[in-house]
Amino acid sequence: MSVQNLQTFDPFADEGDVLGSTKDVGSQQNYIHIRIQQRNGRKTLTTLQGLPKEYDAKKLLKAFKKEFACNGTLVEDEEMGQVIQLQGDQRLKISNFLTEEGIPKTTIKVHGF
Amino acid sequence: MHEQLKQSDGAGDEGEEDPNAMFGDLKKKKKKKREIPLDLDGEEGSGTSTPTTAPAATEDLDFSDLKKKKKSSKKKAAFDLDAFEKELQAENRNEDGDEEEAGGGQFLLNVDESELGENVFAHSEAPSGLDAGNEAWLKSDRDYTYPELLQRFYASLHASNPALLTSTGKRYVIVPPSLAREGNKKTIFTNITDICRRMHRQPEHVIQFLFSEMGTTGSVDGQGRLVIKGRFQQKQLENVLRRYIVEYVTCKTCKSFDTLLTKENRIFFMTCESCGSRRSVNAIKTGFQAQVGKRSKTKTT
Repeated sequence: MSVQNLQTFDPFADEGDVLGSTKDVGSQQNYIHIRIQQRNGRKTLTTLQGLPKEYDAKKLLKAFKKEFACNGTLVEDEEMGQVIQLQGDQRLKISNFLTEEGIPKTTIKVHGF
Repeated sequence: MHEQLKQSDGAGDEGEEDPNAMFGDLKKKKKKKREIPLDLDGEEGSGTSTPTTAPAATEDLDFSDLKKKKKSSKKKAAFDLDAFEKELQAENRNEDGDEEEAGGGQFLLNVDESELGENVFAHSEAPSGLDAGNEAWLKSDRDYTYPELLQRFYASLHASNPALLTSTGKRYVIVPPSLAREGNKKTIFTNITDICRRMHRQPEHVIQFLFSEMGTTGSVDGQGRLVIKGRFQQKQLENVLRRYIVEYVTCKTCKSFDTLLTKENRIFFMTCESCGSRRSVNAIKTGFQAQVGKRSKTKTT
C-alpha cells in the first residue's frame, strides 16, 4: 500500500525554464495568417504567413498550386519568414485545405473583407 | 413560413454578433421544444379518439413547421367540431369497453401504457413546472437529468430577476458604413467619425485596424472622411468593422459594448464600464505586404 501523501516532493525545487517549451508565449507568432490584397482591377493576391516549421512551404505551395489551379510563389521576408503568395482569392480554400490536413482551425486567422 | 425562415436567418446572422440575440434565439428554440410534446399529446389524443383523423395527424407530424401543424389541427377542429364530438362520445364508449377488456386479460400491455404515460408526463411537466417543489424527479426514484436542471435554473433565474427578460431586447446599433467611390481606385468612408464616436474609439485605432486587415493604405481628408485605396463594397467593410467590434469593443466577460480603450506602456487595455473587467487586447499588427504595382515606384522611396 502506498501512501500518496507522504511522497517526497519538493515544491520549491527548480522547475527549470517553465516557458522553455513554448518559446513565444503571448505573441501572435503561432497563428497562421491568411491575408488578401487588392491588385489592379478585380485581381487579388492571397498571402499565407506564419506557417509552422514542420511543414515544408515549398511542397505546400506546389500542392496549393495544383489544388486551386492558380500560380503562386514563395517570398522570403526578413520579419515574417517564408510567405506563400497565391494569385486570386484563395483564403477559404486555403483554410479548408489546412484544416483537412489536421491543422487546428483556432490557429488559422483569415483576414480581409 | 417565409417569415419564420427570415427570422431564423436573421437570428443566425446576429448570433455571431450579439450575445443577447443568441440568448433570445436559444430561448425561442426551447419554447419550440416545449411545445412539441404538448402538441404531440393533443394530436395523439385526437388520433386515438377519431380514427378518421389519424392519417392526417401522422401527415402533420412529418411537417417540421410547427405553425402549420397548429393551424391545420385548429382548422380541423373548427371544421368538423360536431362530428368530432359525436365521434369522441362514441370513442369514449369504445374506450371504456376496451379498457374493460384490457383489465380482464392483458397485464403486459397495461404496464407498457403506464410507463408511456409517465414518460409523457415527465416531458410535459418538467418544462411547465416553474415553481419549486413541483419537479418531476421528486416523485420518482430517478436522478434529475441535465435538461431538467437547466430548466429549473432558468425558471428560478427569471422568477427572481424579471429584468433579464426585458433587457434581452436591447441591442447595440451601429450605423452601416456609407461608402463613396472617388475616381476609379479609391473608396471614401464618409461616416467613420460617427461610427468611431458610437464605439467610443479613437479613429486612428479603427483606421489602423481597417488598413492592416484589408491590406491597403489610405488617408484622412479634410472633412474627417477616410480615403481608402482600392475598391470596397459596403458589405466588405461591414464585415471588417464587425470583426473590429468583436475584437476591440465587446467585453469578453459580460458581452457589453460599454468599454473604453486605454493605452498604458505601449499596451492597449480594454476596460468594461458595466462589469469593470479589464484586459489587454492584441496590438494591431500589419502582416506581410506583398509587392503590388510597379517596382520602380517603391525603389525611389
